[in-house]
Amino acid sequence: MNSAPGTPHEEAPGVRSQDVRIRVNGEDREAYVEVRTTLADVLRDEFRLTGTHLGCEHGVCGACTVLIDGRAVRSCLVFAVQLDGTDASVVTVEGLGTPEAMHPVQQAFYEAMSFQCGYCTPGFVCSTVAFLDEWRASGRPALDERDLRVALSGNLCRCTGYQSIVDGLALAVERIIGDETTTDAAITTATIITTTTE
Amino acid sequence: MKPAPFTYHRPADLDSLVATMADLGDEAKLLAGGQSLVPLLALRLASPTHLVDMSRVLDLRAVDVHEAGESADAGYLVVGANATQRDVELDLRIAARVPLLADALPLIAHPQIRNRGTVCGSIAHADPAAELPAVALALDARIVVRSARGTRRIDASDFFLSYLETALEPDDVVVAVEFPLAAPHTGAAFHEISRRHGDFAMAGVAASLTLDHDGRIVDARLALSGVASIPLRAAAAEAGLVGAAPTDEAFLAASSEATALLDPPDDIHATAAYRKHIAGVLVRRALRAAHERALAGFEQS
Repeated sequence: MNSAPGTPHEEAPGVRSQDVRIRVNGEDREAYVEVRTTLADVLRDEFRLTGTHLGCEHGVCGACTVLIDGRAVRSCLVFAVQLDGTDASVVTVEGLGTPEAMHPVQQAFYEAMSFQCGYCTPGFVCSTVAFLDEWRASGRPALDERDLRVALSGNLCRCTGYQSIVDGLALAVERIIGDETTTDAAITTATIITTTTE
Repeated sequence: MKPAPFTYHRPADLDSLVATMADLGDEAKLLAGGQSLVPLLALRLASPTHLVDMSRVLDLRAVDVHEAGESADAGYLVVGANATQRDVELDLRIAARVPLLADALPLIAHPQIRNRGTVCGSIAHADPAAELPAVALALDARIVVRSARGTRRIDASDFFLSYLETALEPDDVVVAVEFPLAAPHTGAAFHEISRRHGDFAMAGVAASLTLDHDGRIVDARLALSGVASIPLRAAAAEAGLVGAAPTDEAFLAASSEATALLDPPDDIHATAAYRKHIAGVLVRRALRAAHERALAGFEQS
């Protein structure tokens, strides 16, 4: 049933380029791209959402992390066509907050100075947002420093400024607990902050 | 963008997926979660002419527990080909019903990868250092395969042939993997050692023990990852454990038996001798952890 090598599959209905329609930051966006174009490249080059950064482009560094239906995903390991026409909702760092009205995670990273050069920051912010949403959804189990470090282990910071990034996450955790529960829980998080900054 | 150009196919249902693969055969690669395939494309280690995206075949997303009964998959957890690793990891039924799978899933890469990567895709990719091929082998899982020739089941013991090579034909579609549901009083553990969290491990061990009411071992499962071109089942070590009391001496004997004939690869990450050593240590640790969990099951029942 297979054709000889080199024989074109004239009957095969596949495509090399096509329109892709994707919901990004609450808007329906569209672009005509080669099918080998990654979500990261469509976000940056077609939709001009250059907050999503590309580091390794093969799924190791996490700089290109975005949210798809609230879950953290590496946008360099997804072809844009895979999302075309689906009800998937993509959120990039631009969709989280603005300089005037930052997302609580952006605010926490800002206050904890969770960046040096800033290149990896959008990926860390998106991973942190997804982690905290899942942590809330699972009933906010107690977190220790190891949990925070594992949560961020899929993102690399080439400046190696990890301590302040973990501090930023701990600060975001503390705010959530402070906003939502009793003083006892806040004390638990204060312990996290202490252990992570030692 | 780094992958070489390809032609993209997106069949809408299982029949057209199978027909597309029958048509394209070895010029095509299936794309499910893409978390192993897309890096290979980006590095141009693979440059298939066609990519066939199976994600739109919605009925392959299901994760079902089939209790004992008449059907062919009774007594199995059936994980559909499009179910992500994270779908299964967050499924509250899995820890009790297939505890080895539940213990292994959080060790796979990072949440960002597990949110897209599929259970079946990892097994079909057959990286010998990956966790899920060892889990499938240890548990005697069955790989359910569909092609234009029909549907068949391949035992995990017949599935892994060599590095990234399996018993799949070019036009085969893995539609599900079936994991046997654990017997009562079963405890399981997956232990591995990697340089960094989420990296492929230098060695890993899948262990599962089932105890009888006197606390003796009635079933033992041991498989090793990262120490050969395929995941390895330690059948002689398992045989030595069955009928034995679960003591440190028995676990030590099992670890000697499981690693005696190992000839692991030497590479930049670890020497062969180091891999062999940590495999032995991991066998003991995983058996001890599995035993503790089996005992904890006793106390709850």
